[in-house]
Amino acid sequence: MTSVDVGIDLREAEQFLYREARLADVFALEEWEALWTDDAVYHVPVDPDADPRTHMSIVFDNRGRIATRIKQLQTGRRHSQRPPSRLCRSVTNVEVVGVEGDDTVVTSVVQILESRDRGRTWWVGRATHRLRRVDGELRMAAKTVVLVDSDRSLPTMSFLI
Amino acid sequence: MTTTEAGLRSLVLPDRVHGSLYTDDEIYARELERIWYTTWVYVGHASEIPEPNDYVRKTIGPQQVVMTRDKSGAIHVLHNRCSHRGNLVCDADRGNAGSFRCPYHGWTFANTGDLLGFPFNQGYGGSRARAELPGLGAAPRVESYRGFVFASLASEGPTLHEHLGAAAERLDRLCRLSPEGEVELTAGWIRHEVTANWKMLVENETDGYHPQFVHSSIFSISGSGIGALYSDRSTAVTRALGGGHTENDLSPEFRKLGVPMGWAGTPEAKIPEYVAAMRSAYGTRTGDEIMINGSPHVMIFPNLFVAEIQLFQIQPLAVDRTVQHVTAIQFKGAPDLNRRLVTQCVGSVGPAGMLLADDAEMYERNQRGVAQRQPEWLDLTRGLHRERVDEDGYTIGTATDETSMRAMWRHYLELMETEPAGARPSEES
Repeated sequence: MTSVDVGIDLREAEQFLYREARLADVFALEEWEALWTDDAVYHVPVDPDADPRTHMSIVFDNRGRIATRIKQLQTGRRHSQRPPSRLCRSVTNVEVVGVEGDDTVVTSVVQILESRDRGRTWWVGRATHRLRRVDGELRMAAKTVVLVDSDRSLPTMSFLI
Repeated sequence: MTTTEAGLRSLVLPDRVHGSLYTDDEIYARELERIWYTTWVYVGHASEIPEPNDYVRKTIGPQQVVMTRDKSGAIHVLHNRCSHRGNLVCDADRGNAGSFRCPYHGWTFANTGDLLGFPFNQGYGGSRARAELPGLGAAPRVESYRGFVFASLASEGPTLHEHLGAAAERLDRLCRLSPEGEVELTAGWIRHEVTANWKMLVENETDGYHPQFVHSSIFSISGSGIGALYSDRSTAVTRALGGGHTENDLSPEFRKLGVPMGWAGTPEAKIPEYVAAMRSAYGTRTGDEIMINGSPHVMIFPNLFVAEIQLFQIQPLAVDRTVQHVTAIQFKGAPDLNRRLVTQCVGSVGPAGMLLADDAEMYERNQRGVAQRQPEWLDLTRGLHRERVDEDGYTIGTATDETSMRAMWRHYLELMETEPAGARPSEES
């Protein structure tokens, strides 16, 4: 059970995560959305051990809701992103931790500085990506970000984490 | 104090309020004493502590409390503060325990607040000293209505029944949507903090003027009918229920739809078990009526907001800091509906919510705005000329009128001008 089985090695995984991070930072919305598979799940839990179907999450989007989230940003009337947050994030501690079916599971640490009129917010969490090769291109089938303070009081976070 | 009675009276007028009400630390300090530590405040729901000895940490404004159920089933609201040196006695968010042991010197308290014991008791002349030493501070008055637990830190005052008044019927309306007549708050909480005064939130909850503008981004792409409920043509009304409680009564619009669960945008075919359970519990006719009329949209002053499918608890932390705790309402005996409600609610609320993130942005922009010097006042005149009294004697306005804000401020002024009687927490039981 190594990443070689499906041909996604650490270097390729890292390059994908860096690209995804940059697209989210600069609000390259269409390109970011195109990274998802059709069965995608985008999840920012409150309690990572709770069942998201029966418990509150900060984000729990299927593919359809990811599209809605993007469209909402594209209206230009998503007030909490007007003007858009200024973002710069770093992705570190990348590990290819396993293969499940067609997917390679990659974990990382993400740190994001968000600057808005209200001030600066420092967001830190552990991310898990499920990466899959679809028609020769890497895609993400799932992304979960567990914020360090996910169950504490959080300010508005309406950018793409 | 600069915020004398005369001062407040000159800041809260029938048709406008002064910006300093949102920014002045002295006014905020008085609000804590005369509103948050005096009137009935929503603390939690009985379903959060279903078993004997369950407990959950909750808040009354900036105060940290522990809501416990003792072994006999009675509910207590205790201050999280050791009676010895003031240490926090409870640090888990929730759990099951008959007693709490302070980590500092080992004093132990029952979940009723009574002092059970302390190490090396000869230092106090033996274990009998227990009778003279204080237990945990407790809210002197704790009452619940349909599982909603409220506390007052004043030993005297109106009863919960008197405080809720007509708002109680809105909780009835909510509970009737369960085939077993009960709601459960079991879906966990999101805590969303905003840099804004708590009253910005209270006012916004039943402001029917803002949705078309603040939420146009999501309404325009999701095909949601919510925007139309808050338009000039809507038959919905804004109602002052007394006691500072207010509602947007959308039921006239839901009745126009005339479809069971039309209010939730959920076709009957998607939740067949729920619809069947409702018809069998209440009979087809009444069951359908309940499912057509829908859920309330009511702000129970000062901190409980029921918005159809979600429940918010408002917690001020400072004059310009407020946390909204939010959860999806779950109806007992309705698992298929409940899952949909979690999904719907998660999309809407919290820091990334497609609705609430934009409300929060407005609170924060407002807070920065009212700090500017001119024109000093916030206007409350919308719909004043067309306000009327309905058949039940409540003041109502159209869906987009500021009837609710005017009513909230009237009650606010009344509380702020009243010297609280017995407002000190009970010293010892």
